[in-house]
Amino acid sequence: MISIEELKAIREKMQPTLGLRDDTKQTRIVVGMATCGIAAGARPVLQALTEEVAKRQLKDVMVTQTGCIGLCRLEPIVEVYMGDEKTTYVKMTAEKAKQIVASHIVNHQVVTEYTIGANE
Amino acid sequence: MKELSLNVLDIAENSVRAGAKHIDVAVAEDTAADTLTISVSDDGCGMDEALLKSVRDPFTTTRTTRRVGLGIPLLQEAAQATGGDLSIESAPGRGTRLKAVFGRSHIDRMPLGDIASTIATLIQCNDDREWTYRYSIDGRSFSLDTRELREMLGGDVALSTPDVVNWVRKYIAQNTKELNGGNSV
Repeated sequence: MISIEELKAIREKMQPTLGLRDDTKQTRIVVGMATCGIAAGARPVLQALTEEVAKRQLKDVMVTQTGCIGLCRLEPIVEVYMGDEKTTYVKMTAEKAKQIVASHIVNHQVVTEYTIGANE
Repeated sequence: MKELSLNVLDIAENSVRAGAKHIDVAVAEDTAADTLTISVSDDGCGMDEALLKSVRDPFTTTRTTRRVGLGIPLLQEAAQATGGDLSIESAPGRGTRLKAVFGRSHIDRMPLGDIASTIATLIQCNDDREWTYRYSIDGRSFSLDTRELREMLGGDVALSTPDVVNWVRKYIAQNTKELNGGNSV
């Protein structure tokens, strides 16, 4: 049975990295989570991104949400902010989201075929 | 929306936008009364009478990008389709309490679905608020309180840390299963 004590283990695991955070190097992965995004399947996309970031123990990567950006027909939408670059991915699925973590976040290779430019 | 837990994810965001510091989400099943009740309560800015009256109208929204808002109308429709209803109590400065009651065994009741992911997502994306979640079935219940999680994590590990988010999801999923014997809600 899972217990709240497990959080202490997570805390201990995180401890060595806590002082080393560098916000200027932080990558932000943002998922559109308004009514339109949620109805289109944003929650499993956010979940897949979070699981993949945890599994790979990626540091300085933050997964969070935004509201409706006015392109409801292309939801679920994921935006990646890395350095000065912003990449917008459209019509995401959990599978595609995992690919983005592996290719874009880890190996710095944009997955062009899923970007808004390739879909509009 | 294919599951009620997605409606919860959607409408809880209204509480965040209302500037709530503490948001309480509860799911209660009562097999004798044949009801499933979802409530979301917050200590946010609340609504005046005029907004409260019009909030079920799809053409009422507080956002400025477009003139439709479907969160509450969709939830109300889902509840009414099962012989239930939606009620909202609110006043300026006094927070908002929303309650949706569903006919539990009604054929048109959507499944609750992955409520564990919904709560984990809400905490992850709004880790500057305090959240409580309670699930109960026929009087037996379990609950989760972000203040207790913070205490375990110490001051320096954020609730939005991916490892913590995954733990929250597993914790809720397992406890829900424990209480309802693994039956899908």
